[in-house]
Amino acid sequence: MNAPNKSGWKPEMNALEDGMHNGPATSTGNRALMLEEPLLFEIGNVETTGVDLPEPKADAPNRLGGMDRAQPIGLPGLSEPETVRHYTRLSRQNYGIDLGLFPLGSCTMKHNPRLNEKVARMPGFADVHPLQPVDTVRGAFEVINELAEWLVALTGMHGVAMSPKAGAHGELCGILCIRAALEARGDAREVILVPESAHGTNPATAAFAGYRVEDIPANADGRVDLEALKARLGPDVAGVMITNPNTCGLFERDMKAISDAVHEAGGFVYCDGANFNAIVGRVRPGDLGVDAMHINLHKTFSTPHGGGGPGSGPVVLSEALAPFGPLPYTARTRDGLVHLVEEEQADAFSQEHFGGKMQSFGRMTAFHGQMGMFTRALTYILSHGADGLKQVAEDAVLNANYILRSMEDLLHAPYAHSGPCMHEALFGDKGFGGDLSTLDLSKALIDEGYHPMTMYFPLVVHGAMLVEPTETESKAALDQFIQAFRTVAERAKAGDESMKQAPFYAPRRRLDETLAARKPKLAWEEGE
Amino acid sequence: MRYLPLTDNDRADMLATIGASSIDDLFVDVPAEAQLDGPIRDLPNHASEMAVERHMRALSKKNLAAADAPFFLGAGAYRHHVPASVDHIIQRGEFLTAYTPYQPEIAQGTLQMLFEFQSQVARLYGCAVANASMYDGSTACWEAVAMASRVTRRNRAVLSGALHPHYAEVIRTMAKFTKDEIADARPSIQGAPDADGLIGRIDDQTSCVVVQYPDILGRVSDLQAISDAAHEKGALVIAVVTEPVALGAIKAPGDLGADIVVGEGQSIGVGLQFGGPYLGLFAVRDKKHVRQMPGRLCGETVDAEGKRGFVLTLSTREQHIRREKATSNICTNSGLCALAFNVHMTLLGEKGLRQLAAENHRLACLAADRLAKVPGVSVLNDSFFNEFTIRLGQDARPIVRTLADRGILAGVALNRLYPDVEALSDSLLVAVTETTSEDDIEALATALQEVLS
Repeated sequence: MNAPNKSGWKPEMNALEDGMHNGPATSTGNRALMLEEPLLFEIGNVETTGVDLPEPKADAPNRLGGMDRAQPIGLPGLSEPETVRHYTRLSRQNYGIDLGLFPLGSCTMKHNPRLNEKVARMPGFADVHPLQPVDTVRGAFEVINELAEWLVALTGMHGVAMSPKAGAHGELCGILCIRAALEARGDAREVILVPESAHGTNPATAAFAGYRVEDIPANADGRVDLEALKARLGPDVAGVMITNPNTCGLFERDMKAISDAVHEAGGFVYCDGANFNAIVGRVRPGDLGVDAMHINLHKTFSTPHGGGGPGSGPVVLSEALAPFGPLPYTARTRDGLVHLVEEEQADAFSQEHFGGKMQSFGRMTAFHGQMGMFTRALTYILSHGADGLKQVAEDAVLNANYILRSMEDLLHAPYAHSGPCMHEALFGDKGFGGDLSTLDLSKALIDEGYHPMTMYFPLVVHGAMLVEPTETESKAALDQFIQAFRTVAERAKAGDESMKQAPFYAPRRRLDETLAARKPKLAWEEGE
Repeated sequence: MRYLPLTDNDRADMLATIGASSIDDLFVDVPAEAQLDGPIRDLPNHASEMAVERHMRALSKKNLAAADAPFFLGAGAYRHHVPASVDHIIQRGEFLTAYTPYQPEIAQGTLQMLFEFQSQVARLYGCAVANASMYDGSTACWEAVAMASRVTRRNRAVLSGALHPHYAEVIRTMAKFTKDEIADARPSIQGAPDADGLIGRIDDQTSCVVVQYPDILGRVSDLQAISDAAHEKGALVIAVVTEPVALGAIKAPGDLGADIVVGEGQSIGVGLQFGGPYLGLFAVRDKKHVRQMPGRLCGETVDAEGKRGFVLTLSTREQHIRREKATSNICTNSGLCALAFNVHMTLLGEKGLRQLAAENHRLACLAADRLAKVPGVSVLNDSFFNEFTIRLGQDARPIVRTLADRGILAGVALNRLYPDVEALSDSLLVAVTETTSEDDIEALATALQEVLS
C-alpha cells in the first residue's frame, strides 16, 4: 500500500489534546488559505454594477402598459473583480471530484473530461435557439439522434425518449409510457411494485403518476425475492420498478425471470438505470426483458453534477412502449435525414413512417431536452467507443470489489458472502463501539480529506455506507482511500468518542439542521 | 483510454487481492445469455481527443449560431450577453464537479451560493421564499399547478389563453395522469390581454389561475385585477415569467398578488443552448406555503462553534425522505445553472438589471416602430417589454424560412406554436434584446419589405 502522504508530514500526535492545532486566533477569522466569505448581501450594494450598460434616458419611449417597477428591488451588485473573488473564495469551501476520490454510492462521481466542456461551448451548440427554423439546426438534431442511436445500441432496446430533464423526470416518462400503453388496451391497473431498497424517487414517481405503491420483499442475499414477487403479481399490477444493478451493489440474477413473470401477468418492467455504469458495454438491459429504463447522463456518461444539476434522463423503451414516448422526438428516415416531430406533424409522421403506431402520451418539457448534456455525453461516448465503455464497466466493478475485499475483515459487509459486488460496495455499522454511528464515521472521513460515501442508504441495511469509487480512480488513489477508510473504521470500532465532534478541519463544524428546520430562514432579510 | 488510470499490471494485482482469476469472475451474477462476448458489434471503438473534437465541430457547423445572424427569436428562450466571468466561475472544478450538498461541512460554497440565489429570485419575483431551482420554466409551471391542488384541495386549473403553449401542453400531459382538470383557451388576438375573459372563467372549484407575464404575445397584463378576482373565489394565482429581465422594468408578480411565481431563468447567465439545460424558478409570496413547495430549499443555521452556515432544509417534503408522500419526485435540479444566474445577477446588481431592462425595451420600441413602417406590417401589441407580435398579412412561416435563407433569424412564426389557430398564421413573434443592434433591426425591416412585396 502507498503511504498515506508522500511528503511524509504527519501531525503531532498530541496536537488534538492540547489544542495547538488551532494556533492563535486570527483577527479576520480566516486561517491562511481557509477564507471566510460574507454573503453577497453584506458586501454588495444596489448602486454597484459589474457590467457596462447605457444609462436609460428619461424621455425614452415607454410601452410597458403602466406596469413600471418603481419600488426598489433590493438586488446588490459587485464589480467584476469583486465578483470573481467572491465566488472563487466560496468555491474553495466545496469538495469536488477534481479534488479527490468522491465515493458517493449510486451517484457515480467520475472524472468529468474537459473536452466535453469545450464541445458543449461551441457556438453551433451553445448559441442556437430551440425554435430556429429546422434547416438552421440540422446539426443539433443529428447530435440528438446520434446519441439516441448509441443509447439504443448500448441497451439493446427499441427506442429512446430524449427529452426528460433528469433521472426522476425520466422515471416519470417511463411510468407514463406504461400507463399510456395500459390505457391504450383498456386496462386500468392501480399498483406499481417497488423494492424497499429503491431510490426515493421511484415511489415518489409512481405516486405522482397516480399509482398506489407496494413493497417487493428482498431475500437474504439482498436481491428481489422472486417467489414473493410472483405471488403478488396479478391483474391490478401495472408494473415493477427495479434497480439493476440494485442499490445493494448487486446484480439481480433473476432479472430475466422477473421480467418474464411480470409480462406474463400483463405488466411492464421499469428499470432504474442509475447504476448502468456497472454494466455499460457489457450487458444490455434489453436482453433482460426490460421495458423502460432511464439513463442518467450525469452519472454513466459523465456530464458534470454541478452541485446538484443539471442532469439529463433519456429513457430507453421496448417495442411495446416506444410508441407512447413523449413529444417532441427526432427520427432518422431512410434518406438519412433527421426529422423533428412535434405535436403538429406527429400524426402524419406516424402514418408515413411508423404505420400509424405512434401515439405519444404528450409533452414533458418546453423544448427538446438537455442539449448541453447531449453534446457532452456524445463526446464522452465517442471518446470511449464500444471497447472503452466496456472497460469503464469492468474497471468500475474491479475498483469496487477491491475496496470490498480490502475492508470486509474490518467492516460489516452484509452481502459480501453472496459473491462479488458490482460497481459499489455496501457496508453496515454493526460492531461500532460506544454509540458511534455511520454519521460519525463519515464526518471523520471528511477530516481525512474525503467526501463521505452515501450514508443510510439503502434503507435495508442498518447504518448503510455505500461506496462507489468509479473507474476513473487509480490504484494509488484507491489504496490511499482504503488506508483512510480503515483508519476511521478502526476508530469507530474502538469507540473513539472524538469522532462525534468531527469534522474538525472542514470549513464548518457540524451544522445545526434542527435549528434550520425549526426556524426556517430561506432568504436574506435586511437588518441582520 | 485516456480517462482510465488502471494499468494491466494494476488490474492483475487487484484481481489477485480480490481472489478472482479474471474480470469475468466479477460478473458471475449476470446470466450467461445476457453476457456479451466482446465490445458491442458495429459500434466504433475509442477515439482521440482530436478526432472526437473534429467530429463534434463538424456537427456544430451544421447549425446557424445566433451570433452569426441578425437574431429575433424569443418565445420562452432569450439571447442575452453573458459576461465572460460567469462561464469562468461555473467551470471551477469545486463547483462543476461537486455533488448535491448533502455533506454541508464541505459544501458551503454551493450552499451559500444557493442561499444567495434563492434570495435574489425571491426579490426579483416579489416573493418571500424561492427554492433552489427546478428543471426549467415549463416543469416548474406544472409543479405549481400540482402544488395549488394540494393547497386548495381543488383540482381544476384555469389556464390563460396566452400562456406559452408548450407550458400549457406540459400541464395538459401531466394532468391526464393526475386527473386534474385543465380549463384552457386560445389567445385573444388583440392589443391587450383579455383579463375579463380570464376572470369570467374562475369559479368556486378553481384551484389556480395560470397567467403568463408578459404573455406569449408579449403583452403586459395587470395581474392585480386577476389576483383580486381569483382570491375572492379562493383560488391561487400562478404567475409565469419566461423573461426574467422584464422584471427589471415591470412590477413583480408577487407585488401584484400572485401566490406562486414560476418561470424560466435561462435569460440570466445560462444562454440559449438549444433549449436546455435551463433553469426553473419557483417562489411563493407567503411563507405559509413553504411546506407545500417542491424541490430543494437551502436555509441558514449555525455550526457547532456558532459560526453561520447553510444546509439543505425542510427535506421532509422531499422524495428521499417522504418517498411516495413527497411533494414532488424531483431530485437533481439545475444547480450549476442557478450558479450562473447567481453570478450574472451579482454582476448586474439592481442598477445593471434596470439598465439592461431599459436597453431591451428601448431597442424593442425602436424595432416595433421601424417594422410598423414596412408596408403590410402592423404591430399587434398595445404594451410589451422586449417582445411583440407583428402581423404580416400573409402566412408567416414561409416568410421566416425565406428570411433564414437570407441569413436572418426573424422570430418565431406563431403557427409553429399554434398550428391549429388559423387566425395566428400571419403573426410573427419578434424578440429584441441588448444583443440586437440597430443595424440588425434595419436588416430585418429591409429584408421583410423585400420579401413581402
